[in-house]
Amino acid sequence: MPTNLDTPPNSIVARKPGGVPGEEAEKGLITLPGESEREIEDLAGSTYLTTKVDTMVNWARGNSLWPLPFGTACCAIEFMSLVSSHYDLARIGAEVVRFSPRQADLMIVAGTIVDKMAPVLKKIYDQMPEPKYVVAMGACATSGGFYRMYHVVQGIDEIIPVDIWVPGCPPTPEGLMYGILKLKEKIERGELKRGV
Amino acid sequence: MSTLTKYSAIPYTGPAPTNREAYVPKEVAAMDARGAEIAAALPGVEQETGQDLPTFVVPKAHIVATLTALKSAGYTLPLDLWGVDYPAREQRFDVMYQLYSLEKNERVRLKVRVAEDESVPTGTGVFKGLNWYEREVFDMYGVRFDGHPNLRRILCHEAFQGHALRKDYDPAQRWILTEKDVAKIIPKIDPRFEDVDTDFERVTLNLGPSHPATHGTLRIVVTLDGERIIGADQEIGYLHRCFEKSCETHTYQQAIPFTDRLNYMSAIINNVGYCMAVEKLLGITAPPRAQHIRLMLCEFMRIADHLVCIGTNLVDMGALTNFWYLFQPREEIYGLIEACCGARLLPSYTRIGGLAVDAPPNFLEMAQRLVERLPKHINDVEKLVDKNKIFLDRVVGVAPITPELAIEYGFTGPCLRACGVPFDVRKASPYLGYETYDFDVPIADGGDTFARYLVRMEEMRQSLKILQQAIDRGMPEGPVIVDNPYVALPPKSKVYNEMESLIYHFKLIMHGIQPPVGETYFQVEGGNGELGFYVVSDGTKNPYRVRCRPPCFQIYSAFPDMIIGQTIPDAVAALGSLNIIAGELDH
Repeated sequence: MPTNLDTPPNSIVARKPGGVPGEEAEKGLITLPGESEREIEDLAGSTYLTTKVDTMVNWARGNSLWPLPFGTACCAIEFMSLVSSHYDLARIGAEVVRFSPRQADLMIVAGTIVDKMAPVLKKIYDQMPEPKYVVAMGACATSGGFYRMYHVVQGIDEIIPVDIWVPGCPPTPEGLMYGILKLKEKIERGELKRGV
Repeated sequence: MSTLTKYSAIPYTGPAPTNREAYVPKEVAAMDARGAEIAAALPGVEQETGQDLPTFVVPKAHIVATLTALKSAGYTLPLDLWGVDYPAREQRFDVMYQLYSLEKNERVRLKVRVAEDESVPTGTGVFKGLNWYEREVFDMYGVRFDGHPNLRRILCHEAFQGHALRKDYDPAQRWILTEKDVAKIIPKIDPRFEDVDTDFERVTLNLGPSHPATHGTLRIVVTLDGERIIGADQEIGYLHRCFEKSCETHTYQQAIPFTDRLNYMSAIINNVGYCMAVEKLLGITAPPRAQHIRLMLCEFMRIADHLVCIGTNLVDMGALTNFWYLFQPREEIYGLIEACCGARLLPSYTRIGGLAVDAPPNFLEMAQRLVERLPKHINDVEKLVDKNKIFLDRVVGVAPITPELAIEYGFTGPCLRACGVPFDVRKASPYLGYETYDFDVPIADGGDTFARYLVRMEEMRQSLKILQQAIDRGMPEGPVIVDNPYVALPPKSKVYNEMESLIYHFKLIMHGIQPPVGETYFQVEGGNGELGFYVVSDGTKNPYRVRCRPPCFQIYSAFPDMIIGQTIPDAVAALGSLNIIAGELDH
């Protein structure tokens, strides 16, 4: 933990020192795990930083996911719960919901994909610009769920690559938020090399 | 702490169900008598006795005449049309119609028996609402309808082969649709606009199935003349998850989670509808405590359904604030359901014969808190939008439908009541004790988007009124599931300690509930209208056929008639106000 966390003299923003997660949370400050370690000043003092471009870019990407909700069924309603006031996805910077694939980098497949919908899903995925990530939300998107039937795709990885699977039927909003946080970690670790 | 007894203490003294006995509905005598009266006026029609509705077997040559005669006799609302497959019979398919008379509050069921290579004359000339149903029967069974204006598959995709609901179709046999197989939809231009000369080029525009303004997987293809819509066609089936086939491959209890996912906005109403249909077939009634909890949760779910509908509809018009306002109380309703059974959105809380578990001890206090908090949220939204000029410009007079057309299409629920027709299943054929509650059925005139908004707002208030009465009456004491070991599992303490209970448990798990042989139909008032379940039992543990009557289906089939002549933004606002739920629409 770095010690020099005072506000830089030329900054107009009063910077709050990041603490150990849990301790600060009890005081009412929300600090996500590891957030304090990623302050830019922490990496190299307060005037310049030395890092890899990849690290920097991944850090930025992980913190500004623009989701495209490919909501087909029940899970989409839970996704709506997540973006609405009670759960508030804006807390992790992923609230800019875009329905146009060309403006989004995270596709959240929320709901059952049936054979009739499969070409549509593929087409919309293809229209998204790189880098793009996919979260399969719920049992149906993951494996077809309990619909082992004549018209249901048995998991969207038949059609498109998936980065994070969120279990549940439907997953709770907390569950989906955990999945998005896990994706964020993966992006920041630089594990997702596909298409970049 | 349970005590060990050597001999069973199960108080059930009723008869054990002998397998393959015939189902005798309670109301059979009255229905047979009424059926004979109606049949006297219908030439060439044979009455089928022993049913829960007046039922007639109609030769296929007579079906159009019979439909016309019944329509002029007051049976103006085409509720449903579906098929059943009996492969052992020579005429293997039953094509079944159900009509409803608003004046007499009476239903009739018609059956047309056809063989595999036979076709049925179309009823679309009599009732517009039969159009999509006939396509569905064609898709699922391969029964052709002569003279149908657009007989093609509706739920399954274009590359699908075979007919999925036939008994000899393998439930897991899939057919892959590739992009090149997707057929182009060319919308039919409304005859009013066919020859109209304009300055603009005619443009065909596709909306959906993944589009911000279509909640869920709806697809509309419109032809535009400038900004005006002059032709429209819809394509559905993008969420066809095979509900009816799934029911046939699972036991009666296992089918309950599938019903949740029909109208996922108000899942408990679906649970209740399905369970009460099977209970009707079994001739049992859930205990008073279970009925009380069912009723209260149904009303909470109706409120949640309307909250989502109004909230998202307003988002479509740019009023995002209301969405945040309305989702907060909805989360609290889910909190109540979570306290009851642990699940939020899709609880699967009911069981055949009652409920899965008892409600928490402070259920009524929690409900009371919610009932007190909800009016504030509803009033806030009302204050924000009711006198808002932008909102009023977007909804008043937009996408209207006349009561006559709505009835011909088979509308039910808030969309029908917005046309001024006071039909509500809770009043017309009460269940769960709705007849003992004091509430009104709100209606509006105009049948436009604004009327639908007003009806939904008032319905939430009426639901709150019912809830307040239910809370004031207090919770009945007693069990939450019937004491019948052939329907409900014995309590675990008995299973572990008594031989008989263990056997009952084993028998019920392995062999399932086995209702008597027969067919029945039961309807409840869902969030969008009459939600009906038609169940056929052949005496085995799996339902032979479960038919769900989805209220959205006919409402959405009328959509082109509502938006022709309007603009795209109006169509979007109207679509939100219809509250089309894809899970229910596509089964």
